[in-house]
Amino acid sequence: MSFSSEFDSLALAELSTFSQNATAADVETALARSQTNGKRLSLANFAALISPAAAEPPYLEALARQSHELTEKYFGRVMRFFAPLYVSNECINICKYCGFSRDNPILRVTLSLEQVATEARYLHEQGFRHILLVAGEHPHFVSDNYLRDCVARLRGDWPSISLEVGPLETEQYVPIVQAGAEGLVVYQETYDRGVYDAMHVSGPKKDMDWRLDTLERGYAAGFKRLGIGALLGLAPWRNEAIALAAHAAHLLRKCWKAQLTISAPRLRPAAGEFEPLVNMNDRELVQFICALRLAFPEVGLVLSTRESPKLRDNLIPLGITLMSAGSHTEPGGYTGQGKGELHVTKGGRMVKPSAPMIESEGEHATVQFEIADNRSPAEVAARLEQMGYETVWKDWESALNEA
Amino acid sequence: MTDKPQKLRIANRDFNSRLIMGTGKFASGEIMAAALEASGAEMVTVALRRADLSGQRDKFANILTFVDAKKYLLLPNTSGARNAEEACRLARLGREATGSTWLKLEIHPDPRYLLPDPIETLKAAEILVKEGFTVLPYINADPVLAKRLEDAGCATVMPLGSPIGSARGIETRANIEIIIEQATVPVVVDAGLGAPSHAAEALEMGADAVLVNTAIAVAADPVRMAAAFQAAVEAGRAAYEVGLAPKRKEADATSPLTGFLNES
Repeated sequence: MSFSSEFDSLALAELSTFSQNATAADVETALARSQTNGKRLSLANFAALISPAAAEPPYLEALARQSHELTEKYFGRVMRFFAPLYVSNECINICKYCGFSRDNPILRVTLSLEQVATEARYLHEQGFRHILLVAGEHPHFVSDNYLRDCVARLRGDWPSISLEVGPLETEQYVPIVQAGAEGLVVYQETYDRGVYDAMHVSGPKKDMDWRLDTLERGYAAGFKRLGIGALLGLAPWRNEAIALAAHAAHLLRKCWKAQLTISAPRLRPAAGEFEPLVNMNDRELVQFICALRLAFPEVGLVLSTRESPKLRDNLIPLGITLMSAGSHTEPGGYTGQGKGELHVTKGGRMVKPSAPMIESEGEHATVQFEIADNRSPAEVAARLEQMGYETVWKDWESALNEA
Repeated sequence: MTDKPQKLRIANRDFNSRLIMGTGKFASGEIMAAALEASGAEMVTVALRRADLSGQRDKFANILTFVDAKKYLLLPNTSGARNAEEACRLARLGREATGSTWLKLEIHPDPRYLLPDPIETLKAAEILVKEGFTVLPYINADPVLAKRLEDAGCATVMPLGSPIGSARGIETRANIEIIIEQATVPVVVDAGLGAPSHAAEALEMGADAVLVNTAIAVAADPVRMAAAFQAAVEAGRAAYEVGLAPKRKEADATSPLTGFLNES
């Protein structure tokens, strides 16, 4: 059974209410159960750990301590690094919160294979060996064949290639996996049906169920790493957290050979000037990450450069196992590739940009969102070393991918 | 009567130490190297997926530079492989890159508990032994599988005490006892040993060696913990060679059934 087919029968509303009203005793039960070695937390336990009651001082610190201990036990004193490489910011979806939204008058480009290789070479020189190819959803510019060719082009230098692109069919994923990709990341954005419908005005992304089942289609095609996440700032975060945990639990059972990673990205400023509908403060983010660790001790938790250096440093011991650093969220952002082909689109089709517009943008494609941690990968690695962590740049081998 | 002290012998090679070390999860290459030194280990396993296999001396994948090839026998492992085909591919690449024909065969398709796949492991072992590898397979504590792997020509069998990194100790005791009783190759208890006492217990049971990683790597002081494991392994082995006193339920055994024979 796919996640979309069980989604509406999950007791998500009840669990949200339970979380909102959880008592100190509920929190203590969940914490005690987690401390008992080998016990799995139920979704209700998880709901208690993200409750307002668990945000109070004695519990939040206890939660953080357990999260730290579990992370060290399962992952050791190491941090894995990866780098996002935006290959295109073309998009046919209209999504209210996204800088790449179809009708935003931004400068767009899809990098050629040569340009992708140049950008990737820069990241390789920085030390990265795990790369995440990111693109907007555009079947013409960012076709499945284009993605397959990008992967094939990078394969020799990159032991681990993951994709964060518009959802595809299983049969479309197969050639991409065979070309050498091993990871697939798809954020649901929001698990709230009403909010999902309001945020996704038009385009294929409007079909929520299609997106809910994407990871399962990717797994069927042979992807070995699956990444999920909710974009925090659209619906009340506790509700999103519970649905995300249910999704994780589903994938762990069904896609049992895949390594699962979870992200908790908070909405950032972007073109379109969208304001978050709900806010999630730092304390709540810490609580969420620690609760995820207690519920899923062996799942990878991802932290991007959306967050500030100070918060990132403080989150490192609290459950994070995968980090990006020095990221750019626009195609060509690392080495200026694609500058000659910048354009705007109307209804998703290419039109020539007006000259003043290009000048005002400084001849760069437009970013998806602003990043908050501008430190270089080497600086972040040095900080990790100070904190007693080894940076692991390479943790995969091409021989483990499809032949 | 006690057994004479004996060296551990794997595939015609003698080892003074019965502690094999893993190299994952350490805070730095330097700390790992210091812990290896303190452990007295002579055999060290490294995940091939973390090493540079391209021959370019990649400084961003330099884990092997912290394992002194003159001091330690390098035991590359296939962690990350989910089936026999992937494991064989990785093993061949690793042999080319490291020059070591020794291999810790690990095939765990489930990244959650990292439990080994018995079918794929046997399949890969049969292939790799024929190709000249000295194969040390990581397995669940399954006595029949252990015999099948022996038949396939494996140099040891490495049953798990409990899941990797779980620190739960020897939860598979009953089956490990059978494996030890029947084995004609050394038995290395691998995975789940969270305390020196667990390692001592394995050696007391008659295991020939243990492999330890997480318990040392994430200890507050990995160097001292490595030394503690070494001491425990030596203690456990000595106790096994001497022979433990049989356990009794009561402190002073009486003979309620036959005591009447002594009555006058």
